Amino acid sequence: MAKTSIKDRMSNEVNAGSMADIAFLLLIFFLVTTTIVEDKGVLVKLPPWSNEPPDIQQLKTRNVYSVLVNAQNQLLVRGEPADLETLRENAKEFIMNPNKRADMAEKPTKAIVSMKNDRGTKYATYLEVYNEIKGAYNELRNEEANKRFGRDYEFCTREQRKEIRDDIPLVISEAEPTSFGEE
Amino acid sequence: MASIRKKKGKSLPPVSTASLPDIIFMLLFFFMVVTVMRDSERKVDVTTPNATELSKLEKKSLVNYIYIGRPIEKLQKEAGTKPRIQLGDKFANLADIPLFLEKHRVKINESQRGAIKTSLRIDKDVTMGIVTDVKTALRKAGQLAVNYSAKPKV
Repeated sequence: MAKTSIKDRMSNEVNAGSMADIAFLLLIFFLVTTTIVEDKGVLVKLPPWSNEPPDIQQLKTRNVYSVLVNAQNQLLVRGEPADLETLRENAKEFIMNPNKRADMAEKPTKAIVSMKNDRGTKYATYLEVYNEIKGAYNELRNEEANKRFGRDYEFCTREQRKEIRDDIPLVISEAEPTSFGEE
Repeated sequence: MASIRKKKGKSLPPVSTASLPDIIFMLLFFFMVVTVMRDSERKVDVTTPNATELSKLEKKSLVNYIYIGRPIEKLQKEAGTKPRIQLGDKFANLADIPLFLEKHRVKINESQRGAIKTSLRIDKDVTMGIVTDVKTALRKAGQLAVNYSAKPKV
């Protein structure tokens, strides 16, 4: 067999210079066709649907934190006009009832947040209210976790979290909206 | 001339560009991993509201998306200006939701079906009427884990 000279073999090397171009092309393709999607949001568990009318439970008024949002995006909290800024603090005070007031929740496990809105309520307002209520519960759980276990709620073990969740359960009941302000 | 002699004496070997492809590939892989294919053409305008209590949606394959918003300007002639629902890449009605969920469901491994979440991408200016209708449809279809898509508040 004819022996290829060293010089020949040297020139047979594949030119890798265009590799960068190919990679660039792919890179630009991915840059253009993809979007970094916002995959965050407020997680909600909807109540299951049932065709039977719900049992009417008579709840003590002191345990119910009712939040009404009308078609003008105004808030009515427990019969009094309120605004979004104070909602979180207000809800926290209601749930924990630190001063043992007679018109607030007996204990956190009995507290129920009842939300009702119109069909004309803006979605942004609805979500903001929901967010504040959820925020109030999250802050309370966090405070409780710090008191009991000396660390934030999210760093607690599964059992510890369950314990806190059982003591401060998140109960939001949403009523069927009234048909005001429908587009 | 002095300058010529200097150049000849100190000529450096050219900078090797052999590692350039590697660098670019690294960037490429980064983008391939952090981004998700744009699944469908957007037919409605959606600007999600802001919120603070956000949780992340894990497993992308276990998530289906429902968009609610006003049709984009180009399509307003045919579709009107009222808020509409978009499933996949077309406009849909409330009655189409169960089938849409079922189509996504059958693609997923049976053991993971309980973890399916619905991401609701809803425009912040939409009124609650249509949102409630969609929520009711989801409840009737047994899809209870829902995520209201939102941007972090700054």
